Amino acid sequence: MAESQTMTAPSVVLERQKRAKFRRNMFYLALIVAGLVAPFLAYPVFLMKVLCFALFACAFNLLLGYAGLLSFGHAAFLATGGYVTGYLLASYPGLTPELGIIAGTLLATLLGVVFGVLSIRRQGIYFAMVTLAIAQLVYFMFVQAPFTGGEDGLHGVPRGELFGLISLSSNLAMYYFVFAIFIFGFALIQRTVHSPFGQVLKAIRENEPRAVSLGYNVDAYKLVAFVISAGLAGLAGSTKTVVFQLASLTDAHWHMSGEVILMTLLGGVGTLLGPLMGAGIVVSLQHILAQSPLGNWVSVILGIIFVICVLSFRSGIIGELDKMYRKNFK
Amino acid sequence: MTMIFGVPLAVFMGQLTLGLVNGAFYALLSLGLAVIFGLLKIVNFAHGAQYMLGAFAALLGFRYLGINYWLALFLVPLVVGAFGVLLERFLLRRIAHLDHLYGLLLTFGLALIFEGTLVNFFGVSGARYATPEILQGGLNLGFMFLPTYRAWVLVAALAMCLFTWFMIERTRLGAYLRAGTENSQLMQAFGVNVPLLITLTYGFGVGLAAFAGVLAAPLYPVSPTMGSSLLIVVFAVVVIGGMGSILGAIITGLAMGIIEGLTKVYYPEASNTVIFLVMILVLMLRPVGLFGKEA
Repeated sequence: MAESQTMTAPSVVLERQKRAKFRRNMFYLALIVAGLVAPFLAYPVFLMKVLCFALFACAFNLLLGYAGLLSFGHAAFLATGGYVTGYLLASYPGLTPELGIIAGTLLATLLGVVFGVLSIRRQGIYFAMVTLAIAQLVYFMFVQAPFTGGEDGLHGVPRGELFGLISLSSNLAMYYFVFAIFIFGFALIQRTVHSPFGQVLKAIRENEPRAVSLGYNVDAYKLVAFVISAGLAGLAGSTKTVVFQLASLTDAHWHMSGEVILMTLLGGVGTLLGPLMGAGIVVSLQHILAQSPLGNWVSVILGIIFVICVLSFRSGIIGELDKMYRKNFK
Repeated sequence: MTMIFGVPLAVFMGQLTLGLVNGAFYALLSLGLAVIFGLLKIVNFAHGAQYMLGAFAALLGFRYLGINYWLALFLVPLVVGAFGVLLERFLLRRIAHLDHLYGLLLTFGLALIFEGTLVNFFGVSGARYATPEILQGGLNLGFMFLPTYRAWVLVAALAMCLFTWFMIERTRLGAYLRAGTENSQLMQAFGVNVPLLITLTYGFGVGLAAFAGVLAAPLYPVSPTMGSSLLIVVFAVVVIGGMGSILGAIITGLAMGIIEGLTKVYYPEASNTVIFLVMILVLMLRPVGLFGKEA
């Protein structure tokens, strides 16, 4: 053993890292190519739904997987992004979709600051309860606010023309726009996770008192992570509203906060690709079940998956695959 | 007619009683959550669903087995509590050694299953459960009309709260429970059967929720979703009070009910959000909760 240890000279390690990085880049490239080809193989609207929820789940995963914070209120950001974008685009016909999306994202980010400042005052289980309660407050505000259309929601939001130039009315054009947004969000999360900031987040997740004793302002780190996550969840909601041309209370309901947890858990908490996979599976499942005789049992089936995941599948699909790969090929 | 800040006394008192009754439910449910949290360290997300199961058990027991209200008040908590014992023994125990967030997620999944299943059989529109004859009608107190059933709910819920307090603070079993809350490993070293204690505690907490459900059955429409929205309010109540003390949970529950009732009188638009606003205020001023201890 000692012999082989001495064999791994710095240059060998560097070489190995370089290869790993190359492999990772090739993998991402393959994913992008797959994303570009996908609308010719599957129904674009379905794919857009998957991408929106995948972005939502990725944003959630940044918080749970890398900062160890379980938010039970992420639906509030999805809905805020959706409602703001929907309201603006429907009321001001001159507004281009990207501006509407930016506005929705900004407001969700602001809400994230408020949420974050309040909720990081408590840890662990209390954090989950606080976020759930504030999200319920936001839900009731949306029920009563004059601009959300109450129980009916907002309908007929125009897709408009991107930058005032490209019409998004065709699903293919819309798809590539959504794909670009997803890539942006995913890249931002990837950068955040692999940055020194992300390393500190992981340290806080593993051992908060230790991170404090090392001199890190833990609350500031948590807050920034929370705000980034909220902003990206808002971006997902805004984009979703433009795609489906509607915003409704479903997005603000606590069921939605639960769904995004399930997507992340199923795909693999703390893995970059897990949320994408989880979102794909959950959305497909809902799609398939809705047309089958089991249509009314969606929430029961999601609950069962939840229980199975927690009992015996805690690393999620990507996590388990990763474990298998490490065991057999390394 | 006597007026209180521009509101007739009868209306004021009526809303106050309504608020107190709601508060009694908050107290019962947050008490159950606190008891479970104390020993198991998990937040029982299925608490609302178990409250709902209590109400449904009373309704179905009456419909198909002819079990009357008084018998249901006694039997249903035992049956649903026994169900809770099974859940703990076969599901929760398997993840007891993990991060406590997994307990929250597992019980959330269970809540989805219970709710979804009952929605399929009974729909979301609630069914009515008849008030027992002896508790129908009301008392005219001169300044207000007090429905007998509401008065009974208040008495029964408070009696149950006091019973729980007595059990935990004044009996040997309660002493074990408190000791286990402080340090369960040491308890085990002293020869106490901690796993059994944990199972029974969970069953007791679930039984409390079911008891609240039976009490609620004649008062609110019995529907599969009756528990979930209530539970989120109870979470806010728990954050406000902190889960450290039994009496704290009872007082906070009642106080929040009263605040909600008064908001309904003076500013109805905010009545379903006021408890969350109080929670935000408490988080800003005293993050550990009114009765919480510094961790």
